[in-house]
Amino acid sequence: MEKLQDILNSIPYFVQGAALTLFVAFVALLVGLLIGLPLALLRVYGSKLLARAATWYSVVLRGLPSLVVLFIIFYGIPPLLGITLPALLAGCIALGVCSSAYQMELLRGAILSVGPGQMMAARAMGMSHAQAVIHIILPQALRAVIPSWSNEAAVVLKDSSLVYVVGLAELLRRSQQVAARTHQFFIVYLICGVMYFVMTFSVNRGLDRLETVLRLPTPLEEH
Amino acid sequence: MSKHIVTVEDLHKTYGTNQVLKGVSLTVDEREVLVIIGPSGTGKSTLLRCINLLSRPDKGHIWVDGEEITAPHANVNHIRARVGMVFQDFNLFSHLTALQNVTIALTKVKKMSKPQAHELGMFELERVGLVEKADHYPAQLSGGQKQRVAIARALGMEPRVMLFDEPTSALDPELIGEVLEVMKKLAREGMTMLVVTHEMGFAREVSTRMIFMEGGVIAEQGPTKQLFSNPQQQRTREFLGKITELHAEHAGE
Repeated sequence: MEKLQDILNSIPYFVQGAALTLFVAFVALLVGLLIGLPLALLRVYGSKLLARAATWYSVVLRGLPSLVVLFIIFYGIPPLLGITLPALLAGCIALGVCSSAYQMELLRGAILSVGPGQMMAARAMGMSHAQAVIHIILPQALRAVIPSWSNEAAVVLKDSSLVYVVGLAELLRRSQQVAARTHQFFIVYLICGVMYFVMTFSVNRGLDRLETVLRLPTPLEEH
Repeated sequence: MSKHIVTVEDLHKTYGTNQVLKGVSLTVDEREVLVIIGPSGTGKSTLLRCINLLSRPDKGHIWVDGEEITAPHANVNHIRARVGMVFQDFNLFSHLTALQNVTIALTKVKKMSKPQAHELGMFELERVGLVEKADHYPAQLSGGQKQRVAIARALGMEPRVMLFDEPTSALDPELIGEVLEVMKKLAREGMTMLVVTHEMGFAREVSTRMIFMEGGVIAEQGPTKQLFSNPQQQRTREFLGKITELHAEHAGE
């Protein structure tokens, strides 16, 4: 009973961990997008050499466990540069870099799903290639990518639990601490799981909602 | 003497091993409506695409409005803005309303202010009879309406010449008429037009001159009346015969 009370008292402690989890996932997704989008554009529109470089970036990263990338970035690289990297920063970068490879693939598919006629018409109107991409291709591609991007957001949110190994007090690490103290492993990890579920579910729901709001009108019954 | 709006000289274009254009030369005068006919795969579309440099010619020269667009340092975007293009499958921007389809290039390419672009956009939609559809997205328009918006979009740039690449080929028969009506109106207003089409009724009624292309060259050209009444080449006669027959069947449906 006392232990259950201890667990209940720890709820705010869990919530703080969940907030850090959300923060790490958010920053990682943003980093992934900021790297993935330019690479996707290079892959589709870049010269052969650049497109190939972007492809290899993605192939290599998708072949590595996220944890290995995290260790390389947190333990491996800083000593070489003679710096120390805060765990939070290393975690966000590592997850972001891993996600960028997947986001690049999603975005590439979405860009290619916009028919070639759109680019042709834009160029025929006198738009530069960059203008056509910004004003015509991306607004359509980014709409199309939301459902698969939502999936990637859930993956990154869950993978953010990995950063507990470099000492970040996010949700999983805090759960582990409380579990070790109370020995109530089942109930503690159940709470932890429920909290992860609520977060991924809400994020996916939110993105579904965004997709609906941005969805273009479909054909009317009558013209 | 009337002024040449478009001059094409000895145009060659090859895709891979497929030689599509094998030395095409032609001129289009101001206010002229030139119809290009010919079997599919003879380079009609490629010819149009070369005239606004959507395809780069391998050899030959093209002048639009007195400026050589095939010159090494010609400003491609500047040239394209003066050549209106209407595609077979419309290519309206799916994420923009009919009005935005017309105004986007006005604000982004011509750097017009938003109110100015809006005003001109509504004017062009009025010209094609679609003001009431200004806020509709392409998916909410019929094929004929889409093509009319595409025409308005091209007109907004105030082009010196309009290129039509089989503008009615993707349309259901009952929607062809409204697009042809808009094109006829443009011709009456004095727009210089180059039209690839199989609509012989339109050619007969509107065009001043016709070109019959086959195998990447111009097989025959002349005043429309002459081409219909007295084609010089056997192949032209056969082609016109076939296409007219096809149309009679359509009309009889």
